Amino acid sequence: MSNQTEVEAKKKFSFGDFYKKLGPMVALIVLIVLVSVLNFSFLDPLNLLNLLRQVSVNALIAFGMEFVILTGGIDLSVGAIVALSGAFTAQLVLAGVPTILSLLIGMLTGAIFGAINGVIIAYGKAAPFIATLATQTILRGATYVFTKGNPITGTKMSNNFGFQFFGQGYLFGIPFPVYIMAIFYICAFILLHRTTFGRKTYALGGNPKAAFVAGVKNNKMIILIYTIAGFLSAVAGAILTSRLASAQPDAGNAYEMDAIAAVVLGGTSLAGGKGRMFGTLIGALIIGVLNNGMNLLGISSFYQQIVKGIVILVAVLLDRKQAKA
Amino acid sequence: MQIDMQHISKSFGSNEVLKDVNFSVKGGEVHALMGENGAGKSTMMNILTGLLEPNSGTILVDGKETHFDNALEAEHHGIAFIHQEMNNFGEMPVLDNMFLNKEIKKGFGLIDNAKMKTIAQKALDQLDMKVDFSQPIGELSVGQQQMIEIAKSLMTDAKIIIMDEPTAALTQDEIQKLFVVIRKLRDQGVGLIYISHRMEELFEIADRVTVMRDGLTINTYNTADTNVKQIVHDMVGRDMGDFYPERHPKFGKTMLEVSGLTNDKFKDVSFSVRSGEVLAFSGLMGAGRTEIMRAIFGIDKLDAGTIKVDGKELTIKNPNDAISHNVGFLTEDRKTEGLILDATLADNIDLPSIDGFSKHGLIDEKADKDFVDMLLKRLNVKANGRDDEAGSLSGGNQQKVVLAKWVGSGSQVLILDEPTRGVDVGAKREIYDLMNELTDRGTAIIMVSSDLDEVLGFSDKIAVVYEGHLMDVVDTKDATQESIMTLATGGKNE
Repeated sequence: MSNQTEVEAKKKFSFGDFYKKLGPMVALIVLIVLVSVLNFSFLDPLNLLNLLRQVSVNALIAFGMEFVILTGGIDLSVGAIVALSGAFTAQLVLAGVPTILSLLIGMLTGAIFGAINGVIIAYGKAAPFIATLATQTILRGATYVFTKGNPITGTKMSNNFGFQFFGQGYLFGIPFPVYIMAIFYICAFILLHRTTFGRKTYALGGNPKAAFVAGVKNNKMIILIYTIAGFLSAVAGAILTSRLASAQPDAGNAYEMDAIAAVVLGGTSLAGGKGRMFGTLIGALIIGVLNNGMNLLGISSFYQQIVKGIVILVAVLLDRKQAKA
Repeated sequence: MQIDMQHISKSFGSNEVLKDVNFSVKGGEVHALMGENGAGKSTMMNILTGLLEPNSGTILVDGKETHFDNALEAEHHGIAFIHQEMNNFGEMPVLDNMFLNKEIKKGFGLIDNAKMKTIAQKALDQLDMKVDFSQPIGELSVGQQQMIEIAKSLMTDAKIIIMDEPTAALTQDEIQKLFVVIRKLRDQGVGLIYISHRMEELFEIADRVTVMRDGLTINTYNTADTNVKQIVHDMVGRDMGDFYPERHPKFGKTMLEVSGLTNDKFKDVSFSVRSGEVLAFSGLMGAGRTEIMRAIFGIDKLDAGTIKVDGKELTIKNPNDAISHNVGFLTEDRKTEGLILDATLADNIDLPSIDGFSKHGLIDEKADKDFVDMLLKRLNVKANGRDDEAGSLSGGNQQKVVLAKWVGSGSQVLILDEPTRGVDVGAKREIYDLMNELTDRGTAIIMVSSDLDEVLGFSDKIAVVYEGHLMDVVDTKDATQESIMTLATGGKNE
């Protein structure tokens, strides 16, 4: 009997399905219209390109966070990984290591930090929230030790064209970080939606026990997924360091919150197993438009935080309402 | 007390779930309610207990028209519903569970444990049961928890008790205890509505039986005046033929051979199963049957022993190793280990086989889709399509989806742990037919089952486990209920 009622319920709430799929998109469009009406300069191509560049850092972290949250986990250490891997990269550039190599080593360290998170969570059976809260604290502390609390910067960085280009350059009139974001979006999309790895990620989040019985190697998956999150955070860290032409000891502070917000705004369930990469991209854009729009409108950064918090809260409450339905 | 439900109709949207049904129960009788999943039993009981509002029809309590706005009102009228899945908080003590949300308080909002204990003990006395009230309820056996549920209904002074599949998770022993209690309650004048899929129980315990099908009450019989055939006929709307299809065994080579398997749950277990064979595993609940299978499949660890599949000795460290050697395992609990309930049928069915549909990790969507559709059709899964959520299907169809998963992964050795539990008659028969088809094509099947009729009715050999020891493996044609039960309780047959 419950079968029939559920089938019935499904028909009734197809509006909910519609919202789930297109809700974030609709919210983004409404937001864009609203901001443009309030301030025409929002639609200025220069502003839009600037916005995309701003979004790229958060979006990259959020792509990784999407995988993590789909497994029902969370990664609070991403902001600290941004800082420490950025500091490594900056130090390497200053030491005269070739630019590409410096960038790659920075990204590799991010991946390693992520893998460590994964090992702790998979084999230590630690709750992701606590495990990554601990590693966040450790990595942030390590960043302060490594930078001695001062920004790492120097002429070798500001005069290094290749390094500067990574975060500040333009290619065919579009900021280079936007290309990086686009490339990694495509990679993440294919990985999640077109490969067995993605299928297993969903299975792991939907029911880890059933996934294990069906042959999914849960521990291996978890380690790989946190590795991806760490790697993408380090890519974001490299962009940030290049853009600022320096590595700040408190860089990436609270970035995990914007990334989680992007994932949730994009319709991914924090319980795991449900969500789309496209939603996360839209979620990151929503946060970007919100930040950019409020700056244009001259809203003080104190109020901006309140508004952002409210938007996230509304998104979560809407999500809960659907889950109950 | 007597309850008459008259001309009850209920629709969900355009879906008519109950069509003008009548049902009555009176104090001092056990009235069984039979019907396949989806026949309307649960809806009718939910209406009786105030959880659902009927679209039309009346409920008479002792001849007086009564209307229950909610479950609490029904409870006040002495109607208790013991659900199939008990909503206990496993970590909380027995006493706290029994009085959840009905705590008895003395001044200042403090809980009066002493008084609660007295009341609870009085109810348990009626059932000749003793428990430690401070023990976490999750540590009790399922049978004991069920008794606690019954005690809870006695505390509310229930006159009518509804039991939804109370024996689904009980051992033979516990079932007998439950029946003693049911008879006792009946003799005290309580009316019991007994929902079950097990035909033999019905004739053992029920005074009357009502059969439902497709939202209609088909017939009500005195149990003494009817037989299994009649009831099955009413349930499915046609004759089923023999309940268990005939086995036509054609055995091949040994597909799985284990020897000396040992861990902390079982000791020195050795057996083998051949291609085309159904080896049943019988035993009491907790004897270690499931644990043996979990270890073979790589879910639990083995301390000693060897596993040979198709003649090759293997080290199976995890299910992935087992699957790659064509071993499949339908677990006992399909909700927690068999299915991802939120995921689509497609995502459930192709999970163990997905690596076979990919090149360099990229999924061949077309092949995957055809694969899933073929299996849904082959196993006759009743659903709208591959994109239905697994959780939206009935129990029998969910089980078919799990089977589809393992048929699809090309299992040569298929371990089925309670394959027909909680599955209605029609789907049961389909599952047996499928097992026949698989063994015809050379699959070796191990069927763990607590249903002795099933074990005797549909297997070639029977392995009996008692307290972690494999007592004996006997030919099914030489076995009887008694000989199996003797082994299962640690005895020896002459």
